Amino acid sequence: MSEVKLFGAWFSPYVKRVEMALNLKGVEYEYIEEDLKNKSPLFLQYNPITKLVPVLVHNGKPIFESTVILEYIDETWEGPSIFPKDPYDRAMSRFWAKFVEDKCSDPLWKACWAAGEEREKAKKEAEEALKILENEIKGKKFFGGDNIGLVDYVANYIAFWIPLLQDVVGFHILTQDKFPNIWKWCYELCNDSFVKKNLPEKEKVSSGLKRAVETGSLY
Amino acid sequence: MEKSNKGVQLVGFWVSPFVHRVKWGMKLKGIEFEYIEEDVFNRSPLLSQINPVTGKVPVLVHDGNPLPESSIILEYLDEVWSHAPLLPLDAYQRAQARFWATFADQKVFESAWLSVCSKGEIQEKAVKDAIGHLERMEEQQGGRRFFGGDTIGHVDLMMGFVAYMLPVWEEVAAVTILDASKFPNLAAWKSNFVDHPAIKGDLPFKDEMFTYFQGRREVHLQRI
Repeated sequence: MSEVKLFGAWFSPYVKRVEMALNLKGVEYEYIEEDLKNKSPLFLQYNPITKLVPVLVHNGKPIFESTVILEYIDETWEGPSIFPKDPYDRAMSRFWAKFVEDKCSDPLWKACWAAGEEREKAKKEAEEALKILENEIKGKKFFGGDNIGLVDYVANYIAFWIPLLQDVVGFHILTQDKFPNIWKWCYELCNDSFVKKNLPEKEKVSSGLKRAVETGSLY
Repeated sequence: MEKSNKGVQLVGFWVSPFVHRVKWGMKLKGIEFEYIEEDVFNRSPLLSQINPVTGKVPVLVHDGNPLPESSIILEYLDEVWSHAPLLPLDAYQRAQARFWATFADQKVFESAWLSVCSKGEIQEKAVKDAIGHLERMEEQQGGRRFFGGDTIGHVDLMMGFVAYMLPVWEEVAAVTILDASKFPNLAAWKSNFVDHPAIKGDLPFKDEMFTYFQGRREVHLQRI
C-alpha cells in the first residue's frame, strides 16, 4: 500500500499537470494546499532546494520539478501512458516539452508582465517560438496525436493560463488570427472531458491574476 | 521511427561542453559513431536540416533520425543501449538524477557562464549565484567517487564542464568560483572525472579553450 502526497497551489499550471497525471493513472493521493507566502515547515523539510510546488512525496521520499515528477509517475504506475513507448518518439516528446517550457511559456509570461523594450523583446521571442509550434501541431488533435501526451501536459500553461493572463493585462500575442492551429489545439485541450476536470475555475484564476497585476505580487 | 541501419553520427563543435557530454556517454557505452565537426558561427546546410528548430549542437543522428539536446540524447542512449547504464535503475534514484542534471545545466552552468559574459555588479552576482549552486552540488556529491557512485553517471556527465572548463572560465573572467578549500568533495570529484580513462586524453587543450573563451568574453562585453 503506497502513500502518496502532493504539495501544491490551486492556481499553478505545474501542479495541475501533476494532478492530471496522478488522476490519469488512478493514483490515490493526499493533496496539501501550500500557502506560498507562508510555506509550512513540513513542505520546506521535503523541498529545501527549490522551495517550489509541486512536490510529490511517495512513501516518504520527495520528488520535485513537474517534468521530473511526470517521468516518475509514468514509470511507477500502470495505466494509460503519458510518454510514448518508442525511445525516439519519447526523446522527441522530451525535446518538444523542453521547447514549450523554455522558448514559448517563459517569454509569453514575461511579455505579459514586462513593459517597454523588455516586453517587445519577449514578444518577439515568443512569436518566433510559436511559429515553430504552430507548424508542429498542424494536422494533429493534440501534440501527443489522438490522445494527450507529455507535450500537452507541459503546454497546459499556454492553453489555459496564457489566454486568461493576456485578457487581464490587455496584451495579446497568442491569437486565433496569428496562430490558428495552436488556438484550435487550446480549445481541444481545454474542452477535453478528462483535462477539463483537471483545470482550475477560469473566473478564480482571472481574479487572482487581476489581483496580482494590481498588487504586483503573484501570490 | 524507421530503422535503416545508417549507424550513429554526432554533429558537434570542438569546444562545446554539451557535445563532450554526449561523446563521453557514447564512449562509456562503447557505441561506435562518426563525429562530424560543425562551425557553429558558419552553419552548414546539414545542421539547418537536422536541427531546424534550434540550430544548435550536439545533434545525434541514429539510423537517419536526428535528435538534439544533450540531456535528452543521453537519456535516449540509455534507453537504446541499455548496458553500462548512465541513469540509475531505481525510479526514485532516476528522478533524483534528472533533477540534479537539470540543476547542473540551469543553475550551475548558467550562472558560471554569465560570469564569463559580464563584468561589474552583474558578474559579482553571477559569481555569488554560482557559488551558492555549487554548495548544493557539494552536498549532493557527498564524498563519493562520482555522482553516479563508483561509475560515471548522467549527473557526472552533466556536471563535467565544472571539472575541465570552469577553471578556464575562472581564469578568463578573473574570478574564483570553485575554491578547492571550500569545496573538498567537488575538488576530489574533479580529479576523478578528468582522470577517468574515457575522459583523459579526450579533453580540448587548455590554451585553445582559453583563447576561444577570451574571445567570447570580449564579444559579450562589447554587447553590454
